[in-house]
Amino acid sequence: MKNKAFIVGAYEHPTRDATDIPLAQLHAEVAAGALADAGLSLADVDGYFCAGDVAGWDAPGCGPFSMVEYLGLNLRHLDTTESWGSAYINHVAHAVQAIETGKCRVALITQAGRPRAERKSPAQMHSEQTQSAHEAQFELPYGPVVTNMYGMVAARHMYEHGTTPEQLAWIKVAASHHAQYNPNAVLPKVVTVEDVLNSPIVATPLHRLDCCVISDGGGALVVVHPDVARDLDRPKITPIGAGFTVKHLNGGYFDILASGGVKSGAEAFAQAGIKPQDIQYALIYDSFTITVLVQLENLGFCAPGQGGRFVAEGNLISGVGRLPVNTDGGGLCSNHPGNRGGMTKLVEAVRQLRGEAHPAVQVPDCHLALAHGTGGQLGSRHGSATLVLERV
Amino acid sequence: MSVEMPEQNSITAPEPTAETATYWDAADEGRLVLKRCLGTGKAFHPPRTISPFTGRADTDWIEAEGTGKIYSLSVSRRQGTEHCIAYIELTEGPIILSALTQCDLSKAEIGQPVHVVFEPCANGRRVPMFTTVATD
Repeated sequence: MKNKAFIVGAYEHPTRDATDIPLAQLHAEVAAGALADAGLSLADVDGYFCAGDVAGWDAPGCGPFSMVEYLGLNLRHLDTTESWGSAYINHVAHAVQAIETGKCRVALITQAGRPRAERKSPAQMHSEQTQSAHEAQFELPYGPVVTNMYGMVAARHMYEHGTTPEQLAWIKVAASHHAQYNPNAVLPKVVTVEDVLNSPIVATPLHRLDCCVISDGGGALVVVHPDVARDLDRPKITPIGAGFTVKHLNGGYFDILASGGVKSGAEAFAQAGIKPQDIQYALIYDSFTITVLVQLENLGFCAPGQGGRFVAEGNLISGVGRLPVNTDGGGLCSNHPGNRGGMTKLVEAVRQLRGEAHPAVQVPDCHLALAHGTGGQLGSRHGSATLVLERV
Repeated sequence: MSVEMPEQNSITAPEPTAETATYWDAADEGRLVLKRCLGTGKAFHPPRTISPFTGRADTDWIEAEGTGKIYSLSVSRRQGTEHCIAYIELTEGPIILSALTQCDLSKAEIGQPVHVVFEPCANGRRVPMFTTVATD
């Protein structure tokens, strides 16, 4: 995978409230941003990658065509693989494959959403997601929403491993330390463990500050063939390992603490030929504090059950701890556009690998980073995507 | 964050299909039934004609004990009403999504034994839930 394709453009929309920006325009704005960053234009794009957040997706199979028309693209390749928040991490791996097999040379990936402007609660999103699924009649009567489903993951982790609310709170504290340097962050104020524990319970054992923000916005990436990269004066960042899987409930026989990250992580590390301990900087999907803790364990950054100890005492704070995580403030404090966090993870990975992160959070000589996303819900079925990136 | 919770006495009504009618008919009669995979002998949930383990349509219905223990739970509050979603590990093996009812939710704990009770939903059909309170 290494050197088969390069990420040459990355852009995160500065908005967190897109009341005045329609969805298609948001996608177009992030596309323009990433292409300008790369030194390319829409006319250069011959491969487009998008997921279920494009305008018109509710016309099954046809929605992406509307988006392609809006962008005015002339394509040889289209990939609409949907896996919610993890989709964009998956798309990078797909883009490398498409480029390697000659299906395209310039791949554009866009993500955007406006749940804040549309006043969509995560609960509404959940029921829209599952109404026609076979299991819906066996789940919806019990009121599953994103908060209580993640609450059950946290409760089980506490039961099995003695993890404490204080340890979970440290994940938010670390995110807030990073977010103070991000002028676009929704929550730029540094918080303490006590602040998290004193915030209201949303769904036991999770507090309000254990949750990510709800925000509008989006981001985009440009992945290109090595020949194209050679002509562009951009730092060379190449995917070197990728993994993806779907975790589900398997007829009722499952471990709620083993996410798809166990499998997607192992696959990505094997392809990259590295170990978790080689990673200098990790971007871990952070819909909730517990999401980070479980995935750090599942990816092998610490032993199963040791996540609570691993994240405590600022261990995830850049320049302070052993493993800097989500130095833009993550979904917990900065941005979770469209309730899909995978794209912002990739954009901040690119910033760090280029040495363009805020100086206060820049990881010194960052050349090996990991981005990991969960789409769907940790406590039930979800898609997990892992990507290892190297600056060469 | 604004989160919609089902209001009390307005539990979302299930929408049975030909594949699942037996389950909901049994619930209306106060019985919990499960599907069993004949290839592996394992009970599973949600019920379906095709086994999730073998991919073959060789499954039958079994009567469940209606007992198990709490695998995990989460209590949330909305407009003063407590709601407790839970995963229940049934005696027959599978873990099923459900809710706790008719008990003190502040005392409910993972690992605690529970048994099935049936609560009416919005359209009057009965939905299996679980309680920690002994009925004997």
